[in-house]
Amino acid sequence: MSNFFTENADMQFHFKNLDLREIVRLKEGESFAESKEYPYAPRSCEDAVDGYRRTLELVGRISGDIIAPRAPAVDEEGAQYHEGTVTYAKGTQEALKALSGADLMGFTLPRRYGGLNLPTIAYCAAIEMVSRADAALMTIFGLQDIAETINSFGSEEQKARYLPKFSSGEVTGAMVLTEPDAGSDLQAVRLKAYQDEKGVWRLNGVKRFITNGCGDVLLVLARSEEGTKDGRGLSMFLCEKGPKVYIRRIEDKMGIHGSPTCEMHFRDAECELVGQRRRGLTKYVMALMNGARIGIASQGQGIAEAAYRDALAYAIEREQFGKAIVDMAQVADLLVEMKVAVETGRTLLYETAKVVDLQQGYEALAETVQRDDPRAKEIKEKAARYRKEAGILTPMSKYYCCEMALKVTNAAIQVLGGSGFMRDYNLERYYRDARITTIYEGTSELQVVAMLAGLHGESLDPWFTERSARKYEGEVALLAALAGQSQQRLKDALAFVKKEGNNEYTELVGKKLCDIALSAVIGHLLLNEATLSPHKRIIAEKFIRDAAIRSAANYSAITSGNDLVLREYKNILSADVPTA
Amino acid sequence: MPYNCIVLAKQVPDTKNITGQAMKDDGTVNRAALPAIFNPEDLNALEMALEIRDRFGGKVTVITMGPPAACELLRESLYLGADDVVLLTDRRFAAADTLATSYALSCAIRKAGKFDIILGGRQAIDGDTAQVGPQSAEKLGLNQVTYVEKVRDIRDGKIEIERTIDGGSEVVRAPLPLLLTVTGTANEPRPFRTKRLLQYRSFTCAAEIMGKVRKQIEAEGKTPTDPDIAARAKPLIDAATAEGRLLKVWDADAIAAEADKIGGRGSPTKVKKIESIVLKGSDLAWIEPNEEGVKALVKELVEEHIIG
Repeated sequence: MSNFFTENADMQFHFKNLDLREIVRLKEGESFAESKEYPYAPRSCEDAVDGYRRTLELVGRISGDIIAPRAPAVDEEGAQYHEGTVTYAKGTQEALKALSGADLMGFTLPRRYGGLNLPTIAYCAAIEMVSRADAALMTIFGLQDIAETINSFGSEEQKARYLPKFSSGEVTGAMVLTEPDAGSDLQAVRLKAYQDEKGVWRLNGVKRFITNGCGDVLLVLARSEEGTKDGRGLSMFLCEKGPKVYIRRIEDKMGIHGSPTCEMHFRDAECELVGQRRRGLTKYVMALMNGARIGIASQGQGIAEAAYRDALAYAIEREQFGKAIVDMAQVADLLVEMKVAVETGRTLLYETAKVVDLQQGYEALAETVQRDDPRAKEIKEKAARYRKEAGILTPMSKYYCCEMALKVTNAAIQVLGGSGFMRDYNLERYYRDARITTIYEGTSELQVVAMLAGLHGESLDPWFTERSARKYEGEVALLAALAGQSQQRLKDALAFVKKEGNNEYTELVGKKLCDIALSAVIGHLLLNEATLSPHKRIIAEKFIRDAAIRSAANYSAITSGNDLVLREYKNILSADVPTA
Repeated sequence: MPYNCIVLAKQVPDTKNITGQAMKDDGTVNRAALPAIFNPEDLNALEMALEIRDRFGGKVTVITMGPPAACELLRESLYLGADDVVLLTDRRFAAADTLATSYALSCAIRKAGKFDIILGGRQAIDGDTAQVGPQSAEKLGLNQVTYVEKVRDIRDGKIEIERTIDGGSEVVRAPLPLLLTVTGTANEPRPFRTKRLLQYRSFTCAAEIMGKVRKQIEAEGKTPTDPDIAARAKPLIDAATAEGRLLKVWDADAIAAEADKIGGRGSPTKVKKIESIVLKGSDLAWIEPNEEGVKALVKELVEEHIIG
């Protein structure tokens, strides 16, 4: 018996201190009108926040009691493939039954489609807990973005037809984007969409590496404009599973064995257009991706949490040289690094989720507000500001939380030593499962590209200005000065690469730039937390001091202008280039 | 064909997570120090009732007897999917043994109306008597099947059941209506439904509200008086009434229970003495590592009633 929410002190800290009132008002409206129509809708802000907590308590309980105990067997058994049919592992089926039975498959969808109308921040916390229990299951639980995309861009008729089925758990979905020659570069998608003589859209071609491609409702990115080569010829289609959508195989993977990764062959499969033609990649996939990226950040967060906890428990129990290994400096250091990583990841993740909620809320308001409404200008400004911030914080979270998950699962194995290498423990599973998180839904390198675009676009400037203006006292004020230093270094380093004007060099030092940016952003967030709890003050001190040293080193490296890799990589690698 | 089920459930101290303060000096359970939970096997009984409803249709009613805090058990029953819930609460029910409890429950069941199947857990983890179910059946003149593992089918007014017996299981068929007691291995109770959790989380009763107000006043460092409590509780009770958030509560009069058959007065069980037994190892026994040695050990353990 274990509750991943109530028994997680850090999550409790956040849900006690996060001010969610603005988000609640955006989600429910000032008058809480839906409470008259739906008995489970909140009547007030307080009621809504209590509802978020209660829902997360339930997710915590299901994760701890139902999902986690089944995860080792799911990993062992994996999803199975037989003659075109994919079957989930037994534990996956049981866990999904529990989640849908608990009304949790329409987490963020509107109530009129059977959903819970919960904000992104609650969804992230839920994904985090499910992933801590079983990272593979997250790829199905966390695919609710597909329904969310239909909700955002589908027709009323499409929404009414599909969304209630998503909410009840009757159907699952898949986002069908990747092809053998179109991975990170989705503009190269070739799968053909055409209209037959009756005007019905049909799909023809191959997709690869499709998570849950065996799902019932598929959102497919396809080339609808013959002769085009780039993203502007791609549209989004909704396609139901059927005999003309053939699953050729599922991949044999390093991790997330419970999640079927499918190779799909569309054989003139009937489908329907979602939204407008040519907007598939440029608008819809981008929106879908942003939702999915914060989902994967939550997944990384959850896996890291699981690994850290197992490592700590082991280090307390395990004695060598007459004492518990947790009391040895090097092990203590590993564990503290892990703990700081896990807590800072959560801090960044929840801030991002909050901004995404504000963005979505104000964007929705901006669409309905009357032009002569006195609030119209402010609403539009807020929508624009949060859109920019979400645009950079999302890749930041994806990058930080997923890279963090790799480091934490790696260190956790080190704490267990030989035992960590053995399959008797869950650590090696966490390590294998974490590995995909820096790859799918956009690699870490693509997140860096997105972050750089945001940094050059000064997306975070209002955010930094607002944060820097805050006044702190005592020791926190000292830390604030250090966090301010990272922020200054970021500014200077950006100015340097801008002056250099060499895009390749900027990309070469991109990770270093992003690390400084992350140090500054997380540093500011921790300052606020440090004023709220003594524990957080120590976490803040540890992170901000380490980050200041790292930022200084990164700054030196960036401003050195050393472009040796760009000049010499061919020479360095040439001796080992395979000959045909 | 639909069947109406009544589930008898009890809120119990969580004896699985024992802490140092679990027992009072006099050897009785310190209920205040242990969290109150849904008796685990009653949860299995409720799950079985919900499965019957899922399969055949009908209605599931949960009845619990206990203090106002037992509202939590009823809320949880609603989260799980119960259609109706009833709290039997009355100071006159206090200190009831199994006889008085089953009498009160049987009165409540009669009041609850037409039913086909009554279900309860095999036993509660506090008293471990396993008597309340069977005694309730006796009082209602009903058939009973204990140690139920599985309902195989219900057809033509008969129910086919698998029940656990020593060393195996047996299949029995019995006419409706009847009472079943359900084992902890019968099923895995489902999780709460979020929508029902959100809908029913604020359901309560007047006595529970007053209990909370009393604690609140105490927490403020004041001595709660009845008028104070009533005054503070009134707007809360009024709001719950106006919003339709009140749980059904029956007292002894509501179920037409005879005064000398309920509570301490109706309980012939008298506790003569409570002994605190601490088991300690005092000696080491050497067992020869061969067949005879092991056989002798098993024999000894069986004779000492430690196993078997």
